Amino acid sequence: MTGKFRIKPMRVLKHLFLILVSFLSAFPFYWMVSSATNDTADIILGRILPGKHLMVNWNNLVSAGKIGTAFFNSLRNAVVLTFLSLFISSLAGYGFVVFRDKWKNKVMGVLMLSMMIPPAATLIPMFRMFSQLGLVNTMAGFMLPSIATVFLIFMFRQAAQTFPFEIVQAARIDGLGEFNIFLRIFVPVMRPSYSAAAIVTFMSAWNSYLWPLVILQNPDQITLPIYAGSFRGGYVLDYGLIMLVVTISTIPMLILFFALQRSFVAGILGSVK
Amino acid sequence: MTALRAPRPKGGLERKTARKGWLFILPAVFLILVLSFYPMIQAFLLSLQKGSGNQLSYGGFSNYQRLPKDNTYVTALGNTFFYLIVQVPIMLVLALILAVMLNDEKLMGRGIYRTLIFLPCATSLVSCSMIFLQLFSNNGLLNSIMLKLGWVSEPIPFLTNALYARLVIVVTMLWRWTGYNMVFYLAGLQNIDHQIYEAARIDGATAFHQFTKITVPLLRPIILFTTVLSTNGTLQLFDEVRIMTAGGPGIGTATLSWYIYRITFESVPRFGYAAAMAFTIFIMVAILAFIQMKVGDRQ
Repeated sequence: MTGKFRIKPMRVLKHLFLILVSFLSAFPFYWMVSSATNDTADIILGRILPGKHLMVNWNNLVSAGKIGTAFFNSLRNAVVLTFLSLFISSLAGYGFVVFRDKWKNKVMGVLMLSMMIPPAATLIPMFRMFSQLGLVNTMAGFMLPSIATVFLIFMFRQAAQTFPFEIVQAARIDGLGEFNIFLRIFVPVMRPSYSAAAIVTFMSAWNSYLWPLVILQNPDQITLPIYAGSFRGGYVLDYGLIMLVVTISTIPMLILFFALQRSFVAGILGSVK
Repeated sequence: MTALRAPRPKGGLERKTARKGWLFILPAVFLILVLSFYPMIQAFLLSLQKGSGNQLSYGGFSNYQRLPKDNTYVTALGNTFFYLIVQVPIMLVLALILAVMLNDEKLMGRGIYRTLIFLPCATSLVSCSMIFLQLFSNNGLLNSIMLKLGWVSEPIPFLTNALYARLVIVVTMLWRWTGYNMVFYLAGLQNIDHQIYEAARIDGATAFHQFTKITVPLLRPIILFTTVLSTNGTLQLFDEVRIMTAGGPGIGTATLSWYIYRITFESVPRFGYAAAMAFTIFIMVAILAFIQMKVGDRQ
């Protein structure tokens, strides 16, 4: 049974490594939550345990103003964008597979090229175009550039390739219209793909910083990342307050992850096949 | 599962269906053409114009000729590649190793490990920059612990020394994105048949050989995909730099996106010059993606 003994130290090392990585991953997260309940003076002294300052930080935050506006704007923008983006992109991904022909394949090839276009490069013309169209400080201005993304179209195209075509044919014979086949059959069957896409889209909308910084300049349109970033100014930072803002802006993502965790992995799986 | 592929349209009815298919695709195609390709062409045209504010005149390639002489641009370019070369390989290798470890179904606590390692993805880039700003600042947690333990006699200038500050930004990115990439690899690993490993083990392949000869080749498409995504993301690094160091000390941590933003929105805008800079990012992304695809498709 020497084999068993030889394996064991490896196991221990493996667990030690995983525990170390898990700790390093989780600790800053814990530090964020714990600091939200501490006084800035305590945070600077290195207090790691949660404190009793949560309500004080909260009151400071409320009197700093706009936290409600920022939260509401972020949530509204991200939810509406996620729905629109999933609809438009999955419609296209489905279309490319179910109505496959030579020309559509060529169009997909051209679209794939847009993955090479970094948003940073189109920022300036986009900003000028949007100001001419009067889209600065509007929700539409924030959302338009990310409604159709090749990443999502590609993901749904991959998913649609695993979708049995017989079902589409059977539904056609039953007289169901093309759009209804998509809406009533494809969408419900592909729920895991939609969950994964929803997480990815919501996450990038919720976190987006550079584009809203440029396009949403009116304080009434402010989103959470910009709001949180605005506390960066000045020499003395109120860490307790900052960590509270940061914690608040993390909660919706956490809820989304845990609600959709199962189908998230299944959805990613479908897209990388 | 092998699904029947859509057959080529032949008859009149089928041709009509194919035409209807364009309606499914049209909204997305229209948006991408207008909001991605068109601005890219505009960016190029803009990059040929010189001047500031809205007084722009055609100036040929003069903006591009100015770039190599602009110290801030050269530093920002160097910094951007520093982040790329240091961060992306470490992150992807670490993500791959973690994914292989966590793919072992007999591993105790694998669900907990996976959740904890994925946790940082729930924070926004601005949030994690704020957290790491605190952890590494002069009066931050790391310094106060080291001072208390007597390891250092004065705070380490993590964010005010250019090299340290760049490394702190790398650490922040590693923290935020390693778990994200791990999920892609985990999903890919689930598609690899366990029997391949069994067979390799019977043939006497070591764990290392299984990793280099089976896992990596079979995951090649996903590794390629994550490499292209991370390269693209790192070349456009902005949030962390703006929040954590504001490009400083001096311009020690500045990136190309940070510099473009500064030229465009913070001083008298020089749209043409910024567009030329932006176009160089596009060219670099395209070249690197091309190289990565060539390397990734080999074998």
